[in-house]
Amino acid sequence: MIELSGVTKAFGPKKVLAGVDLTIPSGKSMVIIGGSGTGKSVLLKCILGLIVHDAGFITLDGQDVRRAERDAFLARFGMLFQGGALFDSLRVWENVAFRLMRGASRHPKAQAREMAIEKLRRVGLTPDVADLYPAELSGGMQKRVGLARAIAAEPEIIFFDEPTTGLDPIMAGVINDLIREIVVEMGATAMTITHDMSSVRAIADRVAMLHDGRIQWTGPIEELDTCSDPYVQQFIHGRAHGPISAIR
Amino acid sequence: MTLTRGLRALGRPVLASLAAIGRVTLFATLIIGHILRPPFYAREFGVQLLHIGWFSLPVVGLTALFTGGALALQIYSGGARFNAEAVVPSIVAIGMVRELGPVLGGLMVAARVASSIAAELGTMKVTEQIDALTTLSTNPIKYLAVPRVLAATLAVPVLVGVGDAIGIMGGWLVGITRLDFNSATYLKNTIDFLEGWDVGSGLVKGAAFGFIVALMGCYHGMTSGRGAQGVGKATKSAVVAASVLILASNYILTEVFFTS
Repeated sequence: MIELSGVTKAFGPKKVLAGVDLTIPSGKSMVIIGGSGTGKSVLLKCILGLIVHDAGFITLDGQDVRRAERDAFLARFGMLFQGGALFDSLRVWENVAFRLMRGASRHPKAQAREMAIEKLRRVGLTPDVADLYPAELSGGMQKRVGLARAIAAEPEIIFFDEPTTGLDPIMAGVINDLIREIVVEMGATAMTITHDMSSVRAIADRVAMLHDGRIQWTGPIEELDTCSDPYVQQFIHGRAHGPISAIR
Repeated sequence: MTLTRGLRALGRPVLASLAAIGRVTLFATLIIGHILRPPFYAREFGVQLLHIGWFSLPVVGLTALFTGGALALQIYSGGARFNAEAVVPSIVAIGMVRELGPVLGGLMVAARVASSIAAELGTMKVTEQIDALTTLSTNPIKYLAVPRVLAATLAVPVLVGVGDAIGIMGGWLVGITRLDFNSATYLKNTIDFLEGWDVGSGLVKGAAFGFIVALMGCYHGMTSGRGAQGVGKATKSAVVAASVLILASNYILTEVFFTS
């Protein structure tokens, strides 16, 4: 279980997170929604320790993430980045097998390649893609490779940062379905940040809305449409008028 | 009031410069610490050795060739004023191995390698590839910076050595074709007047310049700002900083090596 309590983060005078309290139960899929620039990515990076939060506590299974042994902590996570973040200089299979070929549980090269190809198959890519470089792939294929890399070492917790941004609706649907299938199949804890409502409905067990650096509302996906919070209602219906200012 | 304002205007850039020096020093210390501790990324080191060393050879070689030739012409024409044309082979050799070989070689590598490293790592930063490395339990400094710094520190002295030889050949070529030197005499004078430390000091300078070039490329790349403008600025800063530091450290090393 991941717990955040009073987490704050400011960049100079700009306060991005102003006291975030949130619990992500084990084995559940939590989706964080919120407008652009509301600090969703910063929140995710604070949990991973990529950005150091200013105050508050983030714990994973009761242990403060800042005191955790870094390699063991990160070994529990997989992450799909917004733009894929594939390593340009490595072939597709080397990207997917990156973690498998390094660290304490290192696999031999041939075995790591086989495992990578298996993960590529899992995300709907054929083995002939394995020897290509990321620049030779379409955006949708890059996302799939990123997804294969995120699940390659079968992590307990997977983060998805805007998994459908920049994809056409059909490819977005494919990625959403894949994420849902994989999370259920692996029994992983998932945290997704997105402002794509079709992703929210496809992926989430629970939803939290981030606004003004705080969690504005949180609840199960079934209550999203019926909740009375005006911020949530404006956001999920994409209304220009309401409590959320269009100019931020 | 005016004095306070003046002091404040002076103090701000001084403090900013000191902070920058501190950050670069900490970054360099981190890299040196990681060089000595496993894991070691041999494949990445090999790739960088090829990129920084082998692929810089043409540009360093051509620079040395033309510099050696021009140096021979200059010394001949200058020496003619004192009837000292015969010093051309020895001065070309000493000038090349002590100063021009390492400095020009270092500057050419700075232009080619510091820019390339900063642009590559800067792009990796803005496309979140460096964050991705961290999430894959890989230390970006160890995986990206250490192989580059180590490769440059080892490759640039070799490049300088090759450049020295090509530069001396450039002088010899001009000497025998344009200045009527006897080939054997030219080579004999070159060898007789050249001492081991002349060459050694140039190679040590080369190692220092290689370290500076890769350090500046890695530092500016990994601290690059956002977007294309951020990467462009990082690339420019890397080349400028590396070039200035090469020239400054060349003076300091020359003081240390040749004055006592």
